[in-house]
Amino acid sequence: MDYRNTLTTCTYCGCGCNLFLESLDGKLTGTIPCKTSPVNEGKLCIKGWNAHAFVQSERRLKKPLLRKNGELVEVSWEEALDYAASRLKDIRKTNSPDAVGFFASAKVTNEENYLMQKFARAGIGTNSVDHCARL
Amino acid sequence: MIDQVKQKINDLLSNGSVKGVVALVHSNGNVAPCLYQKGDDLDKLCLGDTDSAGDARYPLNKVLVTLSRQYPDEVFGVLVRGCDERGLYGLYRLNQLDPERVVPIGIACPQSLALQCECKKPWPDNMMAGKASEGIDQKGVANAECDSQPERFSYWAGQFLKCVKCYGCRDICPMCFCRECSLECEDLVSKGDLPVEIPVFHLVRAMHMADRCIDCGLCDEACPADIPLRLLYKKTALIMNAEFGFTSGINKYEKSPLSLMGPAPEK
Repeated sequence: MDYRNTLTTCTYCGCGCNLFLESLDGKLTGTIPCKTSPVNEGKLCIKGWNAHAFVQSERRLKKPLLRKNGELVEVSWEEALDYAASRLKDIRKTNSPDAVGFFASAKVTNEENYLMQKFARAGIGTNSVDHCARL
Repeated sequence: MIDQVKQKINDLLSNGSVKGVVALVHSNGNVAPCLYQKGDDLDKLCLGDTDSAGDARYPLNKVLVTLSRQYPDEVFGVLVRGCDERGLYGLYRLNQLDPERVVPIGIACPQSLALQCECKKPWPDNMMAGKASEGIDQKGVANAECDSQPERFSYWAGQFLKCVKCYGCRDICPMCFCRECSLECEDLVSKGDLPVEIPVFHLVRAMHMADRCIDCGLCDEACPADIPLRLLYKKTALIMNAEFGFTSGINKYEKSPLSLMGPAPEK
């Protein structure tokens, strides 16, 4: 019998509410807001309360998909990244760096967001950086 | 008090009378619900007191229900305050837990917490540690009723208007266990609308709490909009008591009048 409450940060927005993902024998069973967190003081919004719900969803994508002949097919990470890199290079070369835009996410860390804007500005050469919370 | 609790949990686990004990742990600077099993370190056990008594309480009975559904034949211990014990009695009555498979470890609440909760019974019947504080007079509802009916209506309409429909009051509630919830029934509550329909949304829940609410106050603490839900449920509980002489969780084997069919029982 393996019952755990794993302290983590809500993945939905930039507030960073702390919550426990409750699991029993390796399966998520619920979300419990962290009472001692100075951020959310034991409170959550409806998204936070359901932070456990999508993790084990059968509909979740587990492998990269690439559209080939109009159909999405599963490919390796290697192939997906190679394709993304080569197309980004092509577009940058044939159009301009400003033909590429970047959307950062509240669901990743500050450091990852930093890296993304750095890649946009220094790697591609565009200031077209925006954020999912404005969508 | 905590040493007595540790000793008791240690005894229960070592003599094999329980499979595990649901209590609280202090870890990573936070308080979390925890299942202690034989051989586990009890050093970090805590009672949910950080800055003040009982400021980090969790619905441990809800954890117990989750465990019992998965392991119906096992016996579990659980740390209970007065309200949690009322919750256990309620969950026995509603067939969510088997009293033969639950070993409550009761602790009394200090007077400060009793006052803050306006708790009428801040101690469990089965008290293992601590000293019973005095029960507090239920004045909150009477005070709220001093205002005129239109004033009260506008007060509550204003409170309900703040609701962000997070369902936190239901999700944290140790007495909410239904697989199908009325608050998600589209014939009663429209989907995706904010503000919620006033007062339908909150009164649907208040009605369902009438014979269940054990006045633990976790809903108040979980509400991001600071709606005084506990006061609302205290009122429904008072109606149940005035009309039927029933208070949820006070008597271990008492059936709710709302679950009885036939003529009214004699008072």
